[in-house]
Amino acid sequence: MMAIESEKVTADVIEVAEFPHLAQRYQVYAVPTIVINERLRLEGARPEEAFVAAVEAAVRPPEADHAGQR
Amino acid sequence: MGKEGGIMPLLSARDQDYLRKRFAEELVDPVTITLYTQRLAQLQLPGYECATCREANELYSELAQLSEKLKLEVVDFLQAQAEARTAGVTDIPTAVFSGKNAGTVRYVGLPAGYEFAVLIEDLADLSRGTTRLTPLSRETLAKLPAPAHIKVFVTPT
Repeated sequence: MMAIESEKVTADVIEVAEFPHLAQRYQVYAVPTIVINERLRLEGARPEEAFVAAVEAAVRPPEADHAGQR
Repeated sequence: MGKEGGIMPLLSARDQDYLRKRFAEELVDPVTITLYTQRLAQLQLPGYECATCREANELYSELAQLSEKLKLEVVDFLQAQAEARTAGVTDIPTAVFSGKNAGTVRYVGLPAGYEFAVLIEDLADLSRGTTRLTPLSRETLAKLPAPAHIKVFVTPT
């Protein structure tokens, strides 16, 4: 849904049973498994607001994750 | 008796009627499905057999025939590698959907079971450019500081 409404979002739905090399690369053991920007991973369905929060977190620059930890 | 080539339709007559009516009610603007696949007629290259391309070719072809607002473009992945690369396609079959969507929507593999039902709903959203996202979600997505590439791994159920 997000990719339909936002130009900043690309969404791939992947039938993992057909692509064992992807299942292995992304260590997919349960479905749905969601990977965002190759850096954030979720397993299982999420409520919309949690999913959107995950997308926000995934696009945040990595150094922002460590801000405030100094 | 099957169609030319001996391939039986994947969608039953009853399913076709149901989808035809549903598309007539729900599709607003046209949606183009660009299917990157392996053409049936070409020689099979050893080591590059696509297990589900035949079925994907058939399924999307049958879907596109159920509405004037659905257009199918079939691209041979091996013969159009530069185009596939530009479209971000690395595995086949992959369908890239172009309608009123703002972002990029792709389906990799053969949509089956529950995922087929989701695809049908997505076609309606693609044709309208709107979904059931809340206003807050839309606002958050509009403010994203960088692109988001979401990969959802599913399996037929």
